[in-house]
Amino acid sequence: MSVMTILLILLVLASLWTATTFLLLRAAIGLALTSVMLAIIMYDLGAGLAAVIELSVCAGLISVVFVSVISLTQRKPFSDYFERRASRLRRFWPLPVILFVVGIGLSLVSAPVTPAAAPATPQPDVRTFLWSTRQLDLFGQILILLSGVFGVLVLFKRNEKGGE
Amino acid sequence: MTILLLFVPFAALLILNLLPRSVRLTAAVAAGAVLLTAEAVVAILLPFGLVDLAGLTPLTNALPFPLTVDALSSLVFLCAGLAGLTALSVCRSTMKSDRDGFIFVNLLLIALIGMNGIAMVRDLFSLYVFIEVTATSTFILIAIGRGRDAFEGLWKYLILSFMATVFMLTGVALLLLFTGDITLEAAATAFGQPGSLAWVALLLYFCGLFVKAGLVPFHGWLADAYTGAPAAVSTYMAGVVTKASGILALMRVAQSPLGSSPMIRELLLIVGTVSAVAGAFLALNQRNMKRMLAYSSVSQMGYIVLALGAGSRLAIVAAALHFFVHSISKAQLFTNAAAIEDRLGTMDMDQMGGLAARMPLTGASAAAATLSVAGLPPLAGFWTKLLIVLALWRSGAQVWAVIAILTSVLTLAYFLSLQRRVFFGTVADTWRAVKEAGPGLTIPAVALAVITIGVGLGFPFLLPLILGGGS
Repeated sequence: MSVMTILLILLVLASLWTATTFLLLRAAIGLALTSVMLAIIMYDLGAGLAAVIELSVCAGLISVVFVSVISLTQRKPFSDYFERRASRLRRFWPLPVILFVVGIGLSLVSAPVTPAAAPATPQPDVRTFLWSTRQLDLFGQILILLSGVFGVLVLFKRNEKGGE
Repeated sequence: MTILLLFVPFAALLILNLLPRSVRLTAAVAAGAVLLTAEAVVAILLPFGLVDLAGLTPLTNALPFPLTVDALSSLVFLCAGLAGLTALSVCRSTMKSDRDGFIFVNLLLIALIGMNGIAMVRDLFSLYVFIEVTATSTFILIAIGRGRDAFEGLWKYLILSFMATVFMLTGVALLLLFTGDITLEAAATAFGQPGSLAWVALLLYFCGLFVKAGLVPFHGWLADAYTGAPAAVSTYMAGVVTKASGILALMRVAQSPLGSSPMIRELLLIVGTVSAVAGAFLALNQRNMKRMLAYSSVSQMGYIVLALGAGSRLAIVAAALHFFVHSISKAQLFTNAAAIEDRLGTMDMDQMGGLAARMPLTGASAAAATLSVAGLPPLAGFWTKLLIVLALWRSGAQVWAVIAILTSVLTLAYFLSLQRRVFFGTVADTWRAVKEAGPGLTIPAVALAVITIGVGLGFPFLLPLILGGGS
């Protein structure tokens, strides 16, 4: 079994875990793991730029999704934990089947597009790429995280006067 | 120099959060007012060459940020400055808690940086990043409302924004696959090649922009977000955020060689017309004032996109001017709505009536803005709609021009309905003791109404200057 196959299996498992768990923290961690797996696969396939983009976007998206989901939910008792987990698994089991069928289908059909020719010069190291050419996007990511911090303040921190 | 438009608000943001709590809000409002005024002043002086952002080349080149400023950037700076100042004033009058007010200013500055970025970047991924910066700060701004309506609006905006993210990133990835580059120029080159599938990438990217702009059929979030958000937030969103996030990139596409492509033109004409017409019909049936204004925004943004579909320089000028006029009019109308909500505690227009007698400044300024958006001469909206119709007619899109004129009649219909239900008639007994809103809500409304009337009266003199201004 090649490393790529293991990574693909881990990717599917991580995404399934994200979809089936109803504990928010686990869902956020699952999403992060899925993105990391995807980024590693992309990098391994020679798409360093896409890998970096996946990682950088992931950081912002997770914080937003995490904060907003928590804001829209309320704590539930844990008594029916196993029942709800089973219910989720029942709902989401078609996902890996669909993924498998689509994957097989795509591998049988030749790609309809011609990818752009690979650059003659070797691709820069991810660190070089990130810090030398995409600083503006990193700045954007910092701002997205800052918004997330304010989101936490808005949604969780109680007013000092006790009004909220 | 261009980098200052990103880093000065960022530095202000950091400094504000280091200040003692007792002075934070005052300092934040003062800093916000200074920055937003500076932004508007820079935008006005830029076209005259008095602020030569691009001229400071050594500094620009020393930084590896590919930022460019042009006439469309000035447009966004101006709208962001004016709508931001209005929202800041509304915030001071309507935000009950100091803490919320402080957070509002912080998030307003983040959204401002996002919009400045959108106005200055040229590659499609950086554009996406800054659109997300603006959207993320807006999510939290809506959440400041905390009520069920705010969370409903936030939730819908979040879900559809997530869809937009998927569309835009897939578009960028496909473009990268087909061309190895993510600039608009690369997209235009690839688009022109026979058999190229770059149109798939562009279509996906456009769908993302349509969601951000709240255009039909991706408008599901807009009315709930505007209605559920606090007054200051809906003022800022309706004034500039939605337009800068969704429409500006479409204007850049129209400016590029892609803008003359028949396929892109058709797409913009169809989406623009459907949004203009559907938005107007949806606005007609609303009881909630903010909801009606929200659907009116869908309709007016449809107008801007419709103009872009004409694919000529006149069309871009018309779209840009309508962008500006609609920006100030909608910021003002949401300020009027905030004044009414502040005094009456409701947005249900069927419970209102005769308010012009009790709130004369709000009533008079609202009349100027509604009639301008409806396209009545000699107000600013009349001229921009006339230019849109002219641009469409000259480019051979006569049928679309006629639809634009008919939609303007619909706009007049729903705004006259608003005027009749809210401001005309006799005052209900419940509201006999109502007084005009405070200066924080009336001064910006009157100032924006003066701009609407002034631009309208001076338009014949301004237009040659604008058309002769090169970019």
